[in-house]
Amino acid sequence: MVGNHAVAYAVKQAKPQILAVFPITPQTTMLEKLAEYIDSGQLKAELIKVESEHSAMASIYGAAVAGARVFTATSSQGLLYMTEMFYWAGGQRVPIVAAIATRAIAEPWSIWDDHQDFVSKRDAIWIMTMAENVQDAYDLTIQAFRISEDKRVLLPVMIGFDGFILTHTMERLEVLDDETVDMFLPKRDYNLIDFNDPVNVGPIVTPDNYIKYRYEAKKAMDRAKEVIEEIAKEYEKISGRKQYGLIECYMCEDAEYVFLAMGAWVGDAREAVKRLRSKGNKVGLVKIRTFRPFPKERLVKELRSVRGVIVFDRAYSFGSGGVLANDVKSALYNSGIDVMSVIAGIGGKTVRPLHFEKVMEEVLEGKRFEERWLYE
Amino acid sequence: MSEIPEYIKNKRVIREQHFYRGNAACPGCPIPKELDLLLEVMGKKTVLVVPASCTTVIMGDERGSPSPVPVVHSPFAGAAAIASGLWRQLRMRGDTDAQVVVWAGDGATGDIGFSALSGAAERNENILYVCYDNEAFMNTGIQRSALTPYGAWTTTTPAGKREFKKPLPFIMMEHKIPYVATASIAYSFDYQEKVKKAKGIQGFRYIHLLSPCPPGWRFDSKYTIEVAKLAVETGVWPLFEVINGEFRLTSVSKTLLEKRKPVIEYLKLQGRFAKLSEEDIKIIQEAVDEMWEYIKQLVKK
Amino acid sequence: MIISRPKIGSAGLTGTWRVERPVIDYSKCTKCRLCVIYCPENTIDLLEGFDVRIDYDYCKGCGVCSQICPAKAITMVPEVK
Repeated sequence: MVGNHAVAYAVKQAKPQILAVFPITPQTTMLEKLAEYIDSGQLKAELIKVESEHSAMASIYGAAVAGARVFTATSSQGLLYMTEMFYWAGGQRVPIVAAIATRAIAEPWSIWDDHQDFVSKRDAIWIMTMAENVQDAYDLTIQAFRISEDKRVLLPVMIGFDGFILTHTMERLEVLDDETVDMFLPKRDYNLIDFNDPVNVGPIVTPDNYIKYRYEAKKAMDRAKEVIEEIAKEYEKISGRKQYGLIECYMCEDAEYVFLAMGAWVGDAREAVKRLRSKGNKVGLVKIRTFRPFPKERLVKELRSVRGVIVFDRAYSFGSGGVLANDVKSALYNSGIDVMSVIAGIGGKTVRPLHFEKVMEEVLEGKRFEERWLYE
Repeated sequence: MSEIPEYIKNKRVIREQHFYRGNAACPGCPIPKELDLLLEVMGKKTVLVVPASCTTVIMGDERGSPSPVPVVHSPFAGAAAIASGLWRQLRMRGDTDAQVVVWAGDGATGDIGFSALSGAAERNENILYVCYDNEAFMNTGIQRSALTPYGAWTTTTPAGKREFKKPLPFIMMEHKIPYVATASIAYSFDYQEKVKKAKGIQGFRYIHLLSPCPPGWRFDSKYTIEVAKLAVETGVWPLFEVINGEFRLTSVSKTLLEKRKPVIEYLKLQGRFAKLSEEDIKIIQEAVDEMWEYIKQLVKK
Repeated sequence: MIISRPKIGSAGLTGTWRVERPVIDYSKCTKCRLCVIYCPENTIDLLEGFDVRIDYDYCKGCGVCSQICPAKAITMVPEVK
């Protein structure tokens, strides 16, 4: 299946009640598949054909506070347009699942892939996970519903998957059967609208107390790390596929240098590691599967004996540095590990295993850098 | 208080509060009364969706809310959309008799939330949308909105607004939704009748309620009802309803087709119109008369 | 989740906002109930027998009741502190 259809299939199995999706390249074929499922009766849900992305998130927020399991999907400009509602949902801690088909942000106008849109929401109190391939996108979507509705968490979850590279690429996919998903995703138990106990949802909060609510959200985000790992293990059992909750360490155990990345190009990095290893180099790869909460503790643990990390970023914080690179540097502060930042793939520029290989080979030869851009 | 006779003190209260007193509204602000009258008709199984507006503040903070029914707060532009998802889920979970009411100011309706409003109307979402119109962005300190009338002083139009008021009720009528009505807080029973009628209709229903604002319109708080009354009697604010395309005037407005009080009666009560020139007043009178010519056409149909 | 619950007096005892208060002369009151209908704050109680009573804990002293009372039974009296 292509990535868009795989996510749509997972959503169908999760049995949400209300969907609201506004079309945007490269997410459109997912929306169309969902509309097909509903019209054919395979998915008993309502799809609100909203007039904007802001209304898409607003509609599912309204449905979610009244107890619905909900879903939306968007990219780039649409994700930016719904930013206000993203913070609204995150701050109110409403379980919602959103799929982001990543795409570069205008200006310059582009429909091609990078992660700038995905990372722009990293402070909005959402759990953020990223898929490496179509299988990952399917698995993450199913788990997302479970993670967001877990009582220890109660935070919205977004799944990022690369525009065109995953959304429109056909890959082999193993799906769970419907009964297994039903068992894995129990009936949603979150409702704020009770006519016998009327409440005012989301009033003004005075300065004395606002920070307390934010602190509770921070604690939920921290608890999510454990919950994500727990749910991944449970999913592993029912699917028979190895699942990595927060991060995956590929050949890191005896590695001197590792790549660190998230998204589809992790697959290219994997290939590069295989090639480099076959030449006798001690290298490895850290795949960031969960970007928020950022798996600081796991990173510190897994990379203890590593000499250097080459972080590949597909998004940049202008005036500061690569987005992942900044998080990694902050996590590995005081560790003595060299963190080198590579900015590549921006605006959909093609990145292949040989790009990863070349960078690593130069590092192995002794080259060091703080940040380099692969723009040629 | 010593002025209350004993026999009055001992009497039992026979009308419950449908919107609690002691809220943060300005003295003379009709919003708490408007909500009380609305909720009296709509009943307990109502959810209010409130976007950023004066009502956001009136709804209190984390320590307590003056609403006896559930309220969902919304960002400025999102109310019609939140209501869209909310009513569908309520229906899906079995609460088919629950009512979702958007309670939005003119800014959230005619300006920033206009696209969501039009979208929800086009989809004929089953919600009652009430726009309480105090004719400016009042909550942020009296800045002009699309619904501010011609010539009115606001902090962003100190010399008087040059543009005319966006004719929202007529625009909503053109959306061909099942029910559109205008109301004024001076005509409380007409307002409640319209809410009642709207409650019994399925689909997107829109009520546009004139809500005079003492600090924003610059009049002493005791004149709130007077101002709302004169708006209707001068024809500035026609009271009508449109049910499935059929237009009819209601209440006092039925008698105003040919003769109305001159608009100056309405304008002179409000400080925001104090600096109007003779020319401006003429323009306003002509605009009102023109609107009534249009209304005559609608009534004929 | 950020929620609040229903409460009378959510902004405190708003009666303390008053600069002048309405006083009903019950000998003039005709029980027309217009003050109950028009009070913007819903702070005039309708009582059995259709008498009315102002809730001074919350009355903000806006003056609407005094203005619209057809029997001129309500006068605004300055608050003396």
